[in-house]
Amino acid sequence: MNAPSITTPAQTQAATTTFDLSAALKDAFKAALITFGLSIPILSFRTEQSGADLFLSSRWGLALIVTAIVFGLRLLVHAYTASRSYRKATPSPKQATELVHAQPSAFQHVSKFAIPFFLGVAIAFPFLIYLVQGGLNESRYWIDLGILILTYVMLGWGLNIVVGLAGLLDLGYVAFYAVGAYSYALLSTTFGLSFWICLPLAGILAAFWGMILGFPVLRLRGDYLAIVTLAFGEIIRLVLINWVDVTNGAAGISSIPRATFFGIPFTAGEGGFAQTFGLEFNGMHRIIFLYYLILALALLTNFVTMRLRKLPVGRAWEALREDEIACRSLGINTTNTKLTAFAIGAMFGGFAGSFFAVRQGFVSPESFNFLESAIILAIVVMGGMGSQIGVAIAAIVLVGGPEVLRNLTFLKAVFGEGFDPNEYRLLIFGVGMVAMMVWRPRGLISEREPSVILKERKAISGSLVKEGHG
Amino acid sequence: MSTADASIQQTAPRADRQALLSVRGVKTYYGNIIALKGVDMDVHEGEIVTLIGANGAGKSTLMMTIFGNPRAREGTITYAGRDITRMPTHEIAQLSIAQSPEGRRIFPRMTVFENLQMGASINGFAHFNQDLERVCTLFPRLKERLQQRGGTLSGGEQQMLAIARALMSRPRLLLLDEPSLGLAPLIVKQIFSIIKELNEKDGMTVFLVEQNAYHALKLAHRGYVMVTGNITMSGTGKELLEDPQVRAAYLEGGHH
Repeated sequence: MNAPSITTPAQTQAATTTFDLSAALKDAFKAALITFGLSIPILSFRTEQSGADLFLSSRWGLALIVTAIVFGLRLLVHAYTASRSYRKATPSPKQATELVHAQPSAFQHVSKFAIPFFLGVAIAFPFLIYLVQGGLNESRYWIDLGILILTYVMLGWGLNIVVGLAGLLDLGYVAFYAVGAYSYALLSTTFGLSFWICLPLAGILAAFWGMILGFPVLRLRGDYLAIVTLAFGEIIRLVLINWVDVTNGAAGISSIPRATFFGIPFTAGEGGFAQTFGLEFNGMHRIIFLYYLILALALLTNFVTMRLRKLPVGRAWEALREDEIACRSLGINTTNTKLTAFAIGAMFGGFAGSFFAVRQGFVSPESFNFLESAIILAIVVMGGMGSQIGVAIAAIVLVGGPEVLRNLTFLKAVFGEGFDPNEYRLLIFGVGMVAMMVWRPRGLISEREPSVILKERKAISGSLVKEGHG
Repeated sequence: MSTADASIQQTAPRADRQALLSVRGVKTYYGNIIALKGVDMDVHEGEIVTLIGANGAGKSTLMMTIFGNPRAREGTITYAGRDITRMPTHEIAQLSIAQSPEGRRIFPRMTVFENLQMGASINGFAHFNQDLERVCTLFPRLKERLQQRGGTLSGGEQQMLAIARALMSRPRLLLLDEPSLGLAPLIVKQIFSIIKELNEKDGMTVFLVEQNAYHALKLAHRGYVMVTGNITMSGTGKELLEDPQVRAAYLEGGHH
């Protein structure tokens, strides 16, 4: 009907049919090579003055990172232009509505490349940092920061099940984090159970508490639900403070057993991790192990959530968020649906909590105040409710952002020596939130990705049937 | 048109059989306000029964009461010989009653396909593929838009989706609340002819709540008229259509 004016150049015409991956890779590789070449004179060497002498120190790691970033960005640009020209070049007989339809597919094109890229960076992170900082001990700060961010990514993904998918506003999520942390702390110090036994137990206990919270709030929605969950979070914290016999009160529980590499402790002596694997002992082995542990836990959370979304229970969560009455009249037991959302969300909070305990070696009620809940909720809301990648980005920005600010030394030059950006963390949060509400009121990534992507839109194929059984 | 009407009228009265759905003395309250003042009504297997009435007469309340939301304070509702008055909504839905509720209530951020999946979740996707093919044949518009978000559909398409979603569970009894609301005359005609087809070809029992009295009574085997929480009149579609009182209240200045 409305044939587009065909003036698109030959290149975009070629890009219309499918995204040419090998060409994009080739081009990205070229760009990376040029970057690397350029970085040899610009980035790779640095002169350091020490007294009268001038030293040349090499920074190959930094050069490699910049190259990798250019490679990734170049791929992203390709994916973006390809999807955009695809959208432009295919005329739609259904006009406006079809344009709306095309929006998520562009996002999917980008995310197809963004997700492996982020994942690759996350997996390679300790090595990259090791290369940049030039030593294990020097990279401690950055890996600690990575662990912190990943903990919040995991908590964000866990809460995303409750808030983002099922649409139940939960202001007391930190309670389950606390339950997980104290479960591990108490089980390991009292019964001497290992981390790998305590982890599932902590998850089960947190899920159990999730159900306990779930029952009284089944009939509540919106504001009332938020108030009750807020109270629940505070109750758990107050119980932890006041039940001194069990929890040791405000003093907390210390000397919690450290994580072991599947039974091999990270110690210097006989039978330790370093000796077993023939390495030189370094305390950082444990930190790097913790990094991969939380990465694995976070990815598990993500994987389970993505799978559940495609299953009837996940669809029921989303339907519940959209319209509870319609849900019920379609035969969905909304009670069970809400309870499973609370329980599964809480379970991941519990996992993250026991990780927190094993990492710190110390837990106290201090760590589980309302501010934590607020940060986790802010991560979910700013990321875009229900969007996994959005939550991850929001966690990086909200948790990593203040640390980056701390390292920007020119801020001190502007605001004076005593300036500590961490003190302005809440102010920055607030400004960020307001800005978000103005420009992206539904979060960073507000486009909901369909749980089923049909290959052929016109025909109902056999493959679609399998998805339906999902 | 006239021949079609005649064929409907021939199969109409079936009052001798036991009703598939029967409503006896049902009273429903919203807080202290009485909305249904003791309603009696029957829907027999294979019938199209319509309930007409003005705004605020309690038509939608009756439909929601049948589905247990809100529950009837007095009276009984039986479906296929079972008392469903006190059953929770989702259990009623599992008895192969499906509803296309007032205001459509589709899931706006989910795709058409996912909406249809939600409709099929009651019977565990047993015949998902055939049912999908079937609703896509009934509503070719939806077939084109399977991947589109529900909220981006036009009003008529959303109504089609609401009906299609209800059909995905292969209901024995289909409750439709104002399927013609806010739709262009051509689309209303289309939807009504689909209802007729479902009834004649698949033998589906349909209970239709409508403001569009003329079309509804022409389509239905039997009809009820509701005025402020009471059933004031009942009869075959033709009888009601020709009744002077009904004409005066619901049809004059209308759809001829």
